Amino acid sequence: MATATVLRTESPDRWKYLNNILTRSGPYSDEVFVPGDGPKEFLAGTKILVIGAGGLGCEILKNLALSGFKDIHVIDMDTIDISNLNRQFLFREADVGKSKAEVAAAFVMKRVRGVNITPFNCAIQDKDDDYYRQFKIVVCGLDSVEARRWISSTLVDLVDPEDPESVIPLIDGGTEGFKGQARVMIPTFSCCYECTLDMLTPRAAVPLCTLASIPRQPAHCIEWASVIQWPKEKGDLKMDTDDPEHISWLYTQALARAKEFNIPGVTYAMTQGVVKNIIPAIASTNAIIAASCCNEALKLATTAAPYLDNYMMYTGDESIYTYTFQHEKKPECPVCGNLPQKLEINPELTLEELMEKLQERPETTLRKPSLRAGGKTLYFQSPPQLEEQTRPNLKKKVKELMGDGDELTVSDPGMPFVLRFVLSFT
Amino acid sequence: MLKIWSMKQQQQAASAASGKKKVTAAQLRVQKDLGELSLPSTMRTHFPDPDDILNFTLTIEPDEGMYKGGIFNFDFTINQNFPHEPPRVLCKQKIYHPNIDLEGKVCLNILREDWKPVLNLNAVIVGLQYLFLEPNASDPLNKEAAEDLKTSRENFKRNVRSSMGGGYVKNILYDKVTK
Repeated sequence: MATATVLRTESPDRWKYLNNILTRSGPYSDEVFVPGDGPKEFLAGTKILVIGAGGLGCEILKNLALSGFKDIHVIDMDTIDISNLNRQFLFREADVGKSKAEVAAAFVMKRVRGVNITPFNCAIQDKDDDYYRQFKIVVCGLDSVEARRWISSTLVDLVDPEDPESVIPLIDGGTEGFKGQARVMIPTFSCCYECTLDMLTPRAAVPLCTLASIPRQPAHCIEWASVIQWPKEKGDLKMDTDDPEHISWLYTQALARAKEFNIPGVTYAMTQGVVKNIIPAIASTNAIIAASCCNEALKLATTAAPYLDNYMMYTGDESIYTYTFQHEKKPECPVCGNLPQKLEINPELTLEELMEKLQERPETTLRKPSLRAGGKTLYFQSPPQLEEQTRPNLKKKVKELMGDGDELTVSDPGMPFVLRFVLSFT
Repeated sequence: MLKIWSMKQQQQAASAASGKKKVTAAQLRVQKDLGELSLPSTMRTHFPDPDDILNFTLTIEPDEGMYKGGIFNFDFTINQNFPHEPPRVLCKQKIYHPNIDLEGKVCLNILREDWKPVLNLNAVIVGLQYLFLEPNASDPLNKEAAEDLKTSRENFKRNVRSSMGGGYVKNILYDKVTK
């Protein structure tokens, strides 16, 4: 009995190093930082969301748990593949085919006593605003631009200027071979993901005609198989890059093509790599970037030290180089550059009258506004056929076309961005 | 504890539409792009569902060049990753053109390797129009057509005429695209 109690008691040294940071002020600690038990308790009560339980996600979950976060959620829609095992260290061979989020959560909870991790095996888009609102911080370890854009704009949309707690910082990590980045985005205060979209290197694509007529590399043959042969032979069947049968088919096609043009080197693994756009992942780069992300989470939650403002890039392929800079907000950013304004309108007005009212507003220079609301096209000035299709709406009443609380978007060739309004019926 | 939670919001914004259908960045951008379209009289759009602005058809009726008199339809499919990704454009008819294959795929640099988020739908539409004015034999997607254009422009022109009328060129039956 006595032995068991001793084993369950937490060693006083368990949080020694974390305590060193949280019980003493440092030269760069924020003025609001009060050293002591407060920050640690706050940390334990900070609900944090991790998106992605892959290469970065495994590291992030482990780091957060070992940094003193106790209430962690994790979302990942993927299942474990055998090729993940070399770096996604929370997974074992017996886990192949199981949910990444579930296995990762169970593993970390087993190893780190006192942490509670709630896994979700779903897409981030399956969760609603109320779900995201419960978190204090979101950390992303993703490999998709689309998912990053989605979560970034969701968090921007959650901001309520009246409620400071509605601002949920987004920490985003990303790696590509020896290169990586960590960034901190404070919705509506700093730039958002959409602000920096132009910085992305476009995926190197080969001209379609090269694929069709003069392939020179094995990758050309594989792309030819997936881009040209698949739709031709398989019609409307959607290609599933996780389906081994589909990959085998593409491989066979690509191999035949390569033979015809005397191009050596097409393999099954390469086929998989090309069609899934797999970028070689290096475990240690993931570790570096995840560590940086989790330090930012710890600093944000405790104010023990200043957080990253706001973009750290890490380059490890040519010796080593890191650079931190503040990426500016983009004034015409479609997501955070023009937050929805409240627009009080009388639902009995016609759409035409609403447009006149909008044109009277001093801050807008609308000449030929086009409007959408609640997923419906209300009136477009261009192109002409769409104008014709939507013209009958001009005479309809606002209440017939849109609902109280709908978002109204207004574009105009004279404006660099789309105006957004949240309707409030009077 | 979080410093930012004590900061005062500068911007006066309304809290976003809650529980309502979210407007995506792709939709915002397409709305802006459509408003900036300047279609010449030779082109028109058709939206099967006007509420869905991410899917539409573009019709081109060249009024000069070898394809004059033809009516060509292109399906535009824009996904949620626009403008990070280009729109998908497919010719709906089987036509004889060196840069368009028999399945309707189009070889236009800005639809693939040279796409940039700063480009807009207008740029794509201008590019498509240009393909009918200046078919390009050096970037072939339909190799036979490109070869014909290279060897004899006159012969190619004749083939274009007969293919547009719904005739055969080298054992391939093309769709009738004239009135």
